[in-house]
Order: sequence, then structure tokens, then C-alpha cells
Amino acid sequence: MTVVGERPNPVGFGRMLRKEDVRFVRGKGQYVDDIQLPGMLHGAILRSPHAHARLVSVDTSAAEAHPGVRAVITGKTLEGLKLAWMPSLSHDVVAVLATDKVRFQGQEVAFVVADDHYTARDALELIQVEYEPLPPVIDARRALDPGAPVIRDDIAGKQDNHIFDWEAGDRARTDAVFAGAEVVVSQEMLYPRVHPAPMETCGAVAHLDKVSGKLTIWSTTQAPHAHRTLYALVAGLPEHKIRVVSPDIGGGFGNKVGIYPGYVLAIVGSIVTGRPVKWVEDRSENLMSTSFARDYHMRGEIAATREGKILALRVDVLADHGAFNNTAQPSKFPAGFFHIFTGSYDLQAAHCQVRGVYTNKAPGGVAYACSFRVTEAVYLIERMVDCLAAELHIDPAELRLRNLLRPEQFPYTCATGWEYDSGDYPRALRLAMEIAGYAELRREQAERRQRGELMGIGVSFFTETVGAGPKKHMDILGLGMADGCELRVHPTGKAVVRLSVQTQGQGHETTFAQIISEVTGIPPEDVEVVHGDTDNTPFGLGTYGSRSTPVSGAAAAVAAQRVRDKARIITSAMLECAPEDLEWEKGRWFVRGDPTRGKTIQEAAFAAHGSLELPEGVEGHLDASCVYDPPNLTYPFGAYICVVDVDRGTGKVTVRRFIAVDDCGPRINPMIVEGQVHGGLADGVGMALMEAMAFDEDGNHLGSSFMDYLLPTSMECPSWETGETVTPSPHHPLGCKGVGESATVGSPPAVVNAVLDAIGVRHADMPLTPAQVWRAMNGRPYRTDLAIP
Amino acid sequence: MVQVHMTVNGEPVTADVEPRLLLVHFVRQTLGLTGTHWGCDTSNCGTCVLWLDGVPVKSCTVLTVMADGHAVRTVEDLERGGRLDPVQQGFMEEHGLQCGFCTPGMMLTARWLLDRNPDPTEAEIREAISGQICRCTGYENIVRAIRWAAAHPHAVEVPS
Repeated sequence: MTVVGERPNPVGFGRMLRKEDVRFVRGKGQYVDDIQLPGMLHGAILRSPHAHARLVSVDTSAAEAHPGVRAVITGKTLEGLKLAWMPSLSHDVVAVLATDKVRFQGQEVAFVVADDHYTARDALELIQVEYEPLPPVIDARRALDPGAPVIRDDIAGKQDNHIFDWEAGDRARTDAVFAGAEVVVSQEMLYPRVHPAPMETCGAVAHLDKVSGKLTIWSTTQAPHAHRTLYALVAGLPEHKIRVVSPDIGGGFGNKVGIYPGYVLAIVGSIVTGRPVKWVEDRSENLMSTSFARDYHMRGEIAATREGKILALRVDVLADHGAFNNTAQPSKFPAGFFHIFTGSYDLQAAHCQVRGVYTNKAPGGVAYACSFRVTEAVYLIERMVDCLAAELHIDPAELRLRNLLRPEQFPYTCATGWEYDSGDYPRALRLAMEIAGYAELRREQAERRQRGELMGIGVSFFTETVGAGPKKHMDILGLGMADGCELRVHPTGKAVVRLSVQTQGQGHETTFAQIISEVTGIPPEDVEVVHGDTDNTPFGLGTYGSRSTPVSGAAAAVAAQRVRDKARIITSAMLECAPEDLEWEKGRWFVRGDPTRGKTIQEAAFAAHGSLELPEGVEGHLDASCVYDPPNLTYPFGAYICVVDVDRGTGKVTVRRFIAVDDCGPRINPMIVEGQVHGGLADGVGMALMEAMAFDEDGNHLGSSFMDYLLPTSMECPSWETGETVTPSPHHPLGCKGVGESATVGSPPAVVNAVLDAIGVRHADMPLTPAQVWRAMNGRPYRTDLAIP
Repeated sequence: MVQVHMTVNGEPVTADVEPRLLLVHFVRQTLGLTGTHWGCDTSNCGTCVLWLDGVPVKSCTVLTVMADGHAVRTVEDLERGGRLDPVQQGFMEEHGLQCGFCTPGMMLTARWLLDRNPDPTEAEIREAISGQICRCTGYENIVRAIRWAAAHPHAVEVPS
């Protein structure tokens, strides 16, 4: 008989069952929508049916008279409170409730607070809104046409839909390399608008205690501290009177980084009614109004020699940011980390330019495990390499092996200035090819082709850029991206560690206990992890961009090292020897040369709280803290191979196999790392084959429910085959690099490359639905951002 | 208002409800059994799966009045007498959950499957859970978790 949890946990790194699971498997997780407070009211949002319309009038009288309705809030109400607009995360503003115009279908127009959720929804039907429809801008490629309707006429003097122009790399040098290149291949491609769609939608419960003046907000946030500061800045509330609690979060994937109007409205609702107010969006609201991802229209050009030496890359991007520029990203880079588009290859020169435009669609762009747009960058380069391979008739794996960075080139500074910390790329790709049986697969493919069967093999290699980020390079709205950690060892040797980051399923309650355990030797089950509550944790910017392990994990490791160092001093006082005479073995300091004379960290902890006389300048107790400003980003990488079969008659794609070799440095908990990879691979299958949010010419959202926005199920996903190499980061205290988004970043091009390999077509845009594949086979792939022609 | 009688996790329940009240909201809000989740409204995601007369249903598209006279079972009833169901253990052992939001529905479907088919193949497991979406795990470890439960059919004590 097997008993769960019976086996001993590792002291430190290793496979260990998750501590948080004991509540989740019992249905005892505590998500935002599970919170019930005495006297709590419920809010619902009225949303615009139009993509672009002038708001003529909003009549709330019938809704206000409806039994059970406690308040109706409109843009006019908020204007009186100076809360109708809030700052975006990218130096723009976002409407909390529309005042002048609605700018996308699903935009927030009014908020009803009522005794229960059903009554609030009923009252929405009673609000009379008069709209004057305006022509919408739906096709991003027409957004800058002369005479295009101006979406943001709220910005003084705004005459067009242009947001920014930005470039990176050396244009002249790149042009020169291209001018002399033997082979140039160019390709247009769209990374469609997709949505993270966590199973839990977004929501908040706000409670202003009028006696204490304290505002508590339980919300679906990946960044509780950043939210608290933003609420203070936006609403003028004193920051010490705001407490943001992020309880259990039902998946984030970047969807829960920003502040949504609904959160602000719950707060306003609580201020107006004097009672707690809950607002939880439904699935359509989630898909139509919250942070989408991608929507990059890209044109890539790759220059190479006839022998297949890649020389340079030139990229031109049109970025659809929707109606407000609200991408969450380090502010010095309006295109996020897109300019790491040189990927995993040694190029002589590279240049990109990105132009951001407004359209009548929901705001966002940076979400869905994208690592601040590394996803788009990896897709571009990995598609371009395949296009070049097709042009040169070189096997795509072979072409990559010829051009991958070599281990001796690290640390490597790429053509656009990023310093890759460490890697052994050819080893990872060779391992993936070995697991896949690559040569045998190519033989099988040739045989099947003879029989008229469509089998495809797709390869991708990615370099991730995570752990944002060094204060000298990046910030969000002026907030640096350092993370705090506080570690306290109790007298009996148990510990509590307080984090600034917030798990959404990544298993922090387990892995951070393992980090503390690895450094101090305190068993992980003796370490309580506290997170997700701004009153009880140190400041930091939260969990997204795979930054928890590289930044907060480093903070935890350093705090633990400081505790270990202090335990050495305490042990030296206990043993009446010099600290330098002590040696460390996991969990214990002992006298060098006499292993029997030593004290465990638990013994040192008790002594630290007792009457032991400590050396001068050393305070009692055993605790430490750290604010970690990473010296550089970390660069996880991996090699992926996808095998597909395509039905010639219907265009249906079946993913037969998927091989993923990931290198994220040492694995804190291999079970959890593998789980993170699995989830990202499913994302890749979804985006490559199923997911996209298109819009019709009137701006109607064509993916506004799970009936239309298709996510992969157990039937579309194969049994993942994973492998690993381990190349530690030289600058992370534990060598760890982060892994949460690696597979989402790396897998879409592998799937797309496989499908296109099967059907022998140079390019067709995602999602490669049966219709798209069938049309691509017949020479007529369509644009997937618009209604199917 | 309509009066309904049903059993929920074996206990008799009587309540006055609006005829339009969805079963997912009745279970979560009226009864406070928040292990059942609300995910999509369109019967696509399956975070709201519970049992109605021993069959997994998506409670976001079942009216509470439709459960009148019937038996409801939710995730809170999987653990009995302090003993976890092997399915619950399997999800822990094989890392079959990450954020935990789809997990209650997945486990209830798994229990239903194993009651009918104690030794399901991978394909049978994948088909059984195909009406439910998980965004975190890529399904692999959910399949392994259910296989673990099939291989360890006897509930065992779990240290708390």
C-alpha cells in the first residue's frame, strides 16, 4: 500500500510532492470568487456592443429603481471622483468607464451594485444607453491610412492611430550585410491575437472599512505589491491604508498582471455603498476585454550564404495594441523584449523596427506566457530559419546545427545587445534529435510521402530571456524590478519565508521552501511560505515573465545564505571557536577536523533566541532579508521537435509526438519543472492549431466564448516526451534560470514548422485549423485576424 | 421561488430558489461548497463538473430545479472518513494539478470513470476528460494521476 507523503522529502532540491495540493485536492482552495464577507454586495458591468461609437446618453433611472440595486455607477460618476481614466502600464491612459466614446466591443460602460449577482445582471438590462456608431478601425494594416477614423480623440491634438515607432539594432550595418548576401529570403507572418484564458476569470472583492479607513482588495493579481502602489497613485489613497490580497489564483499566464476597470469599480462600489463589493467577470468578459497576447504583423528577411551560414536578420513589425496602449512591460522597451529576435544564432548584424497602432479592439498585448514578447521573436526567427532551409534545400535541424551559438561563445552579446549568460545549444538539439529518432523519422516521412501520406517534422530552438529585470535597464511605471524576501527561523528551528511574488499554480509554496532548505538544511516541510498579501510580505513586482525563480528565488537564496552565515557566528559562540574554524554540511556547522563537534541550524536557532552571549555587534534571533536586483537576465533555452500527420482531405492536423528538451539550469523540483513544460507545450499546440481572436468588419469579436475560442483538450495533446540538459546561470546564486514560459515560447514554431513541412507550403498563418491547412494546401491561406473571407 | 429537495453529498437539503438559479451557483453560494468552480457558462470548460445521480454533469448548464429530487455529489465528498480517494492521492502523486481550478471537476470525472472501468487505457482516460479544459498541465500528468489511482484502488491514510 502506498501512502501519500510517506516517503521523506528531499532536504533541498529534488522531486517532492506539492505542499499546496493538500487543500486543492479537497476542493478547499480559496479563490477570489470563494470569498464571502458579511453584507457583501455584487457588481456587474454593462459593456459596449459597439466597437466604436460616441456615447450620447446613459439613463440609469430604471436600473436604480430596480429592487435590490444599491448603486449604479457610470463614467459621469467616476469623472466626479477623477477616476474615469486610469494610467496604463505603457504611458497611456485606460478608460475605467466610458465617458466620451466606446472604443472596443466589450468596453466597460456602467457598473451596477446589487444584493446578488443575478439582480445586478438584471439591472444591466434596464440601463438605456444611446450610442452613435462610428466607423471602426479593425484591420491593423489600415489603421494608419489617411482618413482612418481617429480612435483616440481624447488625446489632445491626436490626428491618427499611431502609438510609437521603435527600432533596435544597427540598420546601416544590417543593410550592408544584406546587400552583399548570396541568399535573401523574406516572409510575412502574423502572430495572431490570442488570449491566456486562465480557467479562473478575473475578479475582485473590495472592502473599505470606514472606521479604520483601510481598504482591502482581494483580487486575481499576479503582482499584488505593484497593484497596491498603483491604487495609491491612481486613487490618491495612502498606501499604508491599502492591503492587496491575492489568494489562490486559478491560473494567470499574464492575464492577471494589470489592473482592470472591474477592480477599480469594486473599490468605488465599496466606497459608495459602505459595504464589501464582489465583482467577478464571466468568460465572455474575460475573452473580450482583458489582456490578450501577440497581434504582431511581422515581415522578416534573413540573409545567408549558399552554404547555409546565416548572416543577418531584418524585421519590420506592425503591432496592434488595441484601443489603449496598456501592454505591461519594462518601460524602456515599447516592444517588450522583442529585440532578442536574433534568437539562438550567431549573426553579423540585425535590425528591427516596430510600429504600434491603435485599433478598435481590447487593450493588452503582453500576456500568455510571452516573456515580454520573446514569444513573437522566437516564432519569427524559427519560421525564418525554416523558410531559409526550404530555400536552400537543407534539412532544418542541420541548418540550425550549423548556425547555433557554440558553448565557447558564452557569455555572448547578440547583435541587439543582449548578454546571454550561458548555454550549450548543440547539445540540447542533438539530445532532442536523439530522443525523437530524427533520422528514422525523416526516413518514415519519405516512405509515407511515397504513399501520398502527409507527415511533417518540425524543429524549433529557442532562447528565452527571463528574470526581469536589472534596475539599470528596466522598470514598470518607475518601479524597479527588484524583489524582496524575508526569512525568519523560529526558536525551534522551523521557518517562515515571506515573498513578494505570487503563485498562480507554479507551486511556490513548495519550491521556495526547497530553496530555503537547499541553503539552510531546514527540511522543506518545516518552512512556511507566505505570499500574496501586501501587509505580510516585502515589496516586489510579482510573478510574470518567468521571473519568480530568477529574481525572487535569488532573493530567497541570498536571505537563506545570510541566515546560514549568522548561524555560523552563533555556532561559533556556542562552541567557543572562531567562525572561520567551522565548516558547513547541509543543516549543520561543525568544527573543521572534528565533525563530532557541531551544531545543527535548529540548535543554533534556539541558542540565538536564548541567553547565549553573542559576539559584539551580532544581534540575537535568526533571521535575514534581501532585496535582490538581478545583475542580468537569465537565458533558459531548449530544442523542440514536433511530429504531425495531416489529413489530405480535410486538412486536419494530428500531433503525433512532441519532444521537448529544456535547459533551465538546476531544477529545484524536477516534477514541477516538467509540469511547467507540459503546460506550455499544450499552449503551443493550441496557438498553432486552434486559438485566435478574429474580428469582423464591424469589430464584432469572433472568439468571445469557449464555443468559438478553442483551447486544446486532452484529445489534441500528445503524450509529451521531455528531456533536459543543465547549464547553470553564472550569476544566479543557485544557477537557476526560470522555466514557466519556456515551452509556450518555444513550441508554436515547432508545430507550425511540422504542419508546413507536411503539406510542403512555405508559410500559412496560425491557427492552422483544418480550413486554413486545406486552403494553404490549395494555395489560398487566409488572414486569421479577420473574418474568414 | 420554488422549493427544492435533494441530497448533496449524502445530506438532505431543502431550499427555496429562483427557477433560473443555476446549479453551480446554488452549490457554491447557497450551500457554500466552493470546491465546484464557475468557468465558462457554455458547458465547454468543465470546472463546474459535479455528479447528478452518479453521473458527471456541467452544473453551469443545469438549473437547480432540475436537481429537485436527485442526488448531487461534489468534490467535498471525495474524501470520506478522513481518507482521501485514490484519485485525490493520484493527483498529488503525479502532479496532476497546478492552479487547482479544474481539479475538482477532473477528479470527479476520474472517479466516475474508474467506478465503471477500473483499469482504463490512456486513450480511455483522455476521452473521459475530453470535455474539460486544463490550462496548466497539458493533460499528461492528469492522465498519469488517473492511472495512479487505477493502480492504487484502496484509499489510504494521509498524514495531515
